[in-house]
Amino acid sequence: MAKYAPADEDTFPKLLIHNARARGNRAATRHKDLGIWQSWNWAQTLDEIRAFSVGLSELGLKRGDKLAIIGQNKPRLYWAMCAAQALGAVPVPLYADSVADEMAYVLEHAEISVAIAENQEQVDKLISVSDRLPKLTHIVYDEPRGMRDYDASKLTWIDDVQKKGREALKDPARLKAWEDGVAATKGSDLAIILYTSGTTGRPKGVMLSHENVLVSARNGNLFDDLREDEEIIAYLPIAWVGDHIFSYAQSYVAGFCVSCPEAPETVLEDRREIGTTYAFAPPRVYENLLTLTMVRMEDASALKRKVFHYFIGFARRWGEKILNGEKVPLYARLIYKLGDILVYGPLKNRFGLSRIRVAYTAGEAIGPEIFRFYRSLGINLKQLYGSTEASVYITAQPDGEIYADTVGKPNIDVDIKIAENGEVMFKSPGVFQGYYKDPERTSETKTADGWVHTGDAGFIDAKTGHLKIIDRAKDVGKLKDGTLFAPKYIENKLKFYPNIKEAVAYGDGRDRVCVMLNIDLVAVGSWAERNNVIYGSYQELANNPVVYDTIAAHVEEVNASLAEEGALAGAQISRFLILHKELDADDGELTRTQKVRRGFIAERYGPLVTALYNGAKEADISTEVTFEDGRKGKIDARVKIRDVSIKPALASERQAA
Amino acid sequence: MRAPADLKIAAGDVLLAVENVSLSFGGVKAIRDISFDIRKGEIRAIIGPNGAGKTSMLNVINGFYTPQQGRITFKGKTRAKMRPHDAAAGGIARTFQNVALFRGMTALDNIMAGRTLCMKRGLFWQALRFGPAMKEEVEHRRYVEEIIDFLHIQHIRKTQVGRLPYGLQKRVELGRALAMEPDLLLLDEPMAGMNLEEKEDMSRFILDVNQHFGTTIALIEHDMGVVMDLSDRVVVLDYGRKIADGTPDEVKRNQDVIDAYLGVAH
Repeated sequence: MAKYAPADEDTFPKLLIHNARARGNRAATRHKDLGIWQSWNWAQTLDEIRAFSVGLSELGLKRGDKLAIIGQNKPRLYWAMCAAQALGAVPVPLYADSVADEMAYVLEHAEISVAIAENQEQVDKLISVSDRLPKLTHIVYDEPRGMRDYDASKLTWIDDVQKKGREALKDPARLKAWEDGVAATKGSDLAIILYTSGTTGRPKGVMLSHENVLVSARNGNLFDDLREDEEIIAYLPIAWVGDHIFSYAQSYVAGFCVSCPEAPETVLEDRREIGTTYAFAPPRVYENLLTLTMVRMEDASALKRKVFHYFIGFARRWGEKILNGEKVPLYARLIYKLGDILVYGPLKNRFGLSRIRVAYTAGEAIGPEIFRFYRSLGINLKQLYGSTEASVYITAQPDGEIYADTVGKPNIDVDIKIAENGEVMFKSPGVFQGYYKDPERTSETKTADGWVHTGDAGFIDAKTGHLKIIDRAKDVGKLKDGTLFAPKYIENKLKFYPNIKEAVAYGDGRDRVCVMLNIDLVAVGSWAERNNVIYGSYQELANNPVVYDTIAAHVEEVNASLAEEGALAGAQISRFLILHKELDADDGELTRTQKVRRGFIAERYGPLVTALYNGAKEADISTEVTFEDGRKGKIDARVKIRDVSIKPALASERQAA
Repeated sequence: MRAPADLKIAAGDVLLAVENVSLSFGGVKAIRDISFDIRKGEIRAIIGPNGAGKTSMLNVINGFYTPQQGRITFKGKTRAKMRPHDAAAGGIARTFQNVALFRGMTALDNIMAGRTLCMKRGLFWQALRFGPAMKEEVEHRRYVEEIIDFLHIQHIRKTQVGRLPYGLQKRVELGRALAMEPDLLLLDEPMAGMNLEEKEDMSRFILDVNQHFGTTIALIEHDMGVVMDLSDRVVVLDYGRKIADGTPDEVKRNQDVIDAYLGVAH
């Protein structure tokens, strides 16, 4: 316990001062700028945040006010959180890629008075909706580029805010007042409001206290024995609870350094340079990395490809056992060592995971094959189950108890139980205070005695004692004949194939299961290039008969593997189609965290769903699409539908993936 | 970033004047008696149907072609014959209709190449990578990094240019031109072959360059939407002649321009 700050440092600004005193010379923040890593130690970070904080109070920010933070992961946006918290104001981070209209709703609902915007793009969005936001008095921006001709009355550059702060701090009384203000912050104070994108309805503002966030972060640190010398890279949306805990709270508690990438496109390279020891990513990131590797290997020379596949196959067989410390014959250890020199080591280096101690995947179920792939390379990838309402941690896998299909055991101080309908419920110190200005939905989610509904269906695995999640409780359905149908489970199996990017399964209340697919443009595009298949667009490639054949083979393999799964064997896929456009969050088809919105998609592509079930061979569809700049267009297409054979239950052999 | 080199010309004054210029290749008259000017700080578009003489005009301005007749005055100095090298040293940078980069070099090295003219140390010192040459290199690298940041191409800094998609190559080429800290930037069809999104990005960059660095820009472009949105003034050429000159609105209403673009019954 001693290595973390004492428990009475119970708010972020208190921890900041504590860290500046206890480890002032250790790096706290890093940012790659103009190609060079710039860093600030804890003492400098305190100095920056203090100036920022006092500057914000000069602008009129005060206790109880809400401060919006909009942008990618930049040091000064994280500093803004603590700067606001030191004044007793509440930061409200927003997704940087949300369109102006979505943003306006949250800004309005949270009654934002000051907004911190990363750059001109975000400022433009704010200005475009400012007539709906009478309470918004100031916009503070980080990057001055392109801002010269803007109306300066409402706009301030962060540098100028800090300058104002430093000016004011020359007065010792002011410094004292600021420090007294920090000392007066309490663990039970509201620390942050995180708006969840949600798969349905308007976003909800989850209110978390300092105690919620910090106790959870401390327990997370204890669980994985995180130290002050961990290295992490902050690249996930700052509005997501995961990033808030991993890149902010856990760093403040343990004192480790958080590095911000140069640009969203450089994360992989930056991660490699930093050599992260602790990593966190949704399954999508691991999937993309694997797809990219496989695609590049296809382009490699025959010898390299052979060596690669040989050792990857070997690692699949022995790697996990070695990582788990099981008994392994000597020859296997020797060949694994050789593989480490030739393949695994260089591969991990490419991924930026050479020094990794703990890596988590969460947010969604990960394909077991993908999960095993990383573990077989010797990367300690583990699963975690959490939610915004829990300040992340509900369950996590302890070292040495790793299974591809569980999400682990309850984290420290967390209790879980399974409700009658199969829904997972939890109780912990991280349990949220409530939804902002929405007592009705709060009481729907949180019971009077503190248990929280997760909305996920799951069960405790008898053998391992771990929690297993099947699907969203409301999504688990039944076919007409009563067969259990878990759409997410089927979709995840499909998405394991590098060629399939997205899958949407239907079947609840119907007589059979049908799916709509998105092909992966990188993987299939690379195949097309190698085979001289000419295509002009996603739509054209998706409609290619050979692509259909390949995908049909994948679907049949999924059916074969479903056939082995007892209760789920009855819910095999009978028909599928490849959508003519990629599902996109801008069109509302995915959430901002990239989960498919099944109901919405069914409505939007109604004619296709009908055709899936009425036996038609093809169907016409016309869809409206939103371009990145917010303009709308229309895509018309004729989509083909394929039938797939159903495998007899339990009869098939296990197919190689 | 540094302000453009010592310029005594105030914004809005004439930076470059072309007077009665004619250019012919043998019997082919590419440019016939054209006059127009470019004012400091503006975005000036040169448009016209295919074969109108637009690229020839740019080539005359940066000294690649020498006109048989006429005068060109740049920064108050009327020049006689001028080679492209002198034009570059004098503060005129350009990009090309077909990307002209060093394909085997990285984006970073390509843009660094644009700084060559600003480097003062000779080959000897540079080969040593020591002392003053090293210091100079660091300064130039810093400037180049600012351009890389400006154009959002950090992720391809160390990628060979030949492997990049076309839109990004165009951006690198713009970066190399910017690295010269030019007084006048000539862009030959900066958006050719780009999709809508790339065009929007490029438009944004052109406006930002104009605003942030105060660079005067002359551009040739076929996408009328882009031209009308970006430029302050437009000059229209047809068959080597100037047929219109004015603000986008004036040009759009000009009957000769409409005829040149839509064709006219003879």
